[in-house]
Amino acid sequence: MALPLNYSFRNALVRWRSTIATVLGIALVVFVFVLLQSLAAGIEKSSSNTGDPRNIMVVRKGSTAESASLISRQTLTEIRYFEEIARNENGEPIISADVLVLASLPRRDNSGEANVLLRGVTARGMELRPQVKLAAGRWFEAGKREIVVSAKLAKRFANFGIGQSFKTGSATFTVVGWLDGGGSAFDSECWLDADECRSTFERDMYSSFLIRPTDEAAGEKLITRIEADRRFKLKAEKEVEYYRKQTMTAAPIKWLGGFLAVMMSVGAVFAAMNTMYAAVGARTREIGTLRVLGFRRRAVVAALLLEGGLLALVGGVLGCAIAFYWNGYTTATMGMETFSEIVFEFRVTPKLVLEGLAFAVIVGLIGTLFPAIRAARLPVISALKSI
Amino acid sequence: MSANIVTIRNLSKIYQQGDINVTALDNISLDIASGEFLALMGPSGSGKSTLLHIIAGIDRPTNGECRVQDIDVAKLNESQLADWRNQNVGFVFQTFNLIPVLTAYENVELPLLLTRMNRAERRKQVEIALEIVGLADRAKHLPKQLSGGQEQRVAIARALVTDPALVVADEPTGNLDSHSAQEVLGVLRTLSRDAGKTVIMVTHDPKAAAFGSRQIHLEKGELSK
Repeated sequence: MALPLNYSFRNALVRWRSTIATVLGIALVVFVFVLLQSLAAGIEKSSSNTGDPRNIMVVRKGSTAESASLISRQTLTEIRYFEEIARNENGEPIISADVLVLASLPRRDNSGEANVLLRGVTARGMELRPQVKLAAGRWFEAGKREIVVSAKLAKRFANFGIGQSFKTGSATFTVVGWLDGGGSAFDSECWLDADECRSTFERDMYSSFLIRPTDEAAGEKLITRIEADRRFKLKAEKEVEYYRKQTMTAAPIKWLGGFLAVMMSVGAVFAAMNTMYAAVGARTREIGTLRVLGFRRRAVVAALLLEGGLLALVGGVLGCAIAFYWNGYTTATMGMETFSEIVFEFRVTPKLVLEGLAFAVIVGLIGTLFPAIRAARLPVISALKSI
Repeated sequence: MSANIVTIRNLSKIYQQGDINVTALDNISLDIASGEFLALMGPSGSGKSTLLHIIAGIDRPTNGECRVQDIDVAKLNESQLADWRNQNVGFVFQTFNLIPVLTAYENVELPLLLTRMNRAERRKQVEIALEIVGLADRAKHLPKQLSGGQEQRVAIARALVTDPALVVADEPTGNLDSHSAQEVLGVLRTLSRDAGKTVIMVTHDPKAAAFGSRQIHLEKGELSK
């Protein structure tokens, strides 16, 4: 038979100073764990949220990202009339040959420059990405040195206000609009006319093709056909798949989150252990009395574990609550695939909250286990004689 | 007097303190009748508390036999001993040993949590026990809200709530003023005389011992009288 819950609960309340210290210690660990994992989740969400399942993305074989890919104009000419590619009402193949360029631009807070991804895009490219919408202003017009920047990037870079201009490459561009990528990777891009992009940055090659096949089967056939043709040396896959794999940036953050959490949890385990050793030390005679009354060792261990677990759970809830304050907060980091600034939101998901709470309880239980076992192993007579 | 509830034969307890053997009890034989109120006296270090602990099943003898209700207590394992203590022995300590975070009611209820009684049955038993010690109106008080005498009476209620045949009390008046001591001793005597419980009380105090129906003295681990 277990000791009443009141026993564990009230004991935690009675020594409120050490209880608060333990709760705060565990809350800090859980906060760091959940916050860093929510960063990684935000980056992953941004990648996985990008693309249309019908579209096929084509890049040079071996390139890890669009910006590192080069495809000749000759290749475009050869591929664009493949019968697997759908055509619009004007009979034109729905294929967009994009040019991606990295531009180093000054940040708004004068903290130096950072790389921004500029996408030279065609009208077809905009049709193929309906999730990208205009948030303010208007779309660019070809030949006028106009550019549309991400609304989220506009908050981070200088001269990104509508009507403002900035110089990059051989030209000065005027910002005429802000785009909203709907939480996708396009929120980290600036769009301009593809031909203008190529001429400004003296690019003779394209970076990628985005293609709409006639149907699912045609898509599969197109992928096989492009990849099998040795002349092209291209890699083709579904657009959504391509972006889903762009999670390299999240990996080190996840690793760092895990590493920091483990390191800090060692400290938290010792803090919990210290609290519980002190609690057990002060209650040795009480534990002896419980044993005399007939409570078995395991009942004493269970009561102490419950007490430690309870403290840790409160710490976990607090840590998650503080981390949740940042949920939806937009920030940016350097993307490991593109080496450009990528913006994303902290995403404290229910799964992360559950992981944070489980993590807290495990820390609490490990910290309590040794003091609890020590208390239970003490001979009754020694426990009773304790002062 | 009825049949013996405790039978002790050739009981010894030797403690090891470093390289030295200390004899706490030396070849003791003793019978305690059911319903007796036995006062166990002696100076500090005479072995009286050790004898009480062995009878109550919280310590084990080095040699000899201690049978309580015909059970050789020393032969029970830890878990069996825990159950046996819960069902057969009520404890009263010098320092009361109430659980500070639990109310008087909850403290008295503790031993009953190990029985198969339901909540209503437990409530009835606890109320009776608190009534016997005259503290029914203090059920919701925490130990720190009670006087020393009241705390000890709560401890007595906890000792008798499971209706044990044997109540052991180790210096139950040692921390009390004379008025409270009289009250506590009165309750113990009532338990023996009116409820038929066997009470074994360790005490230094001859006035407290006088409440017992029999007194025995220990000196250097041996019965002296």
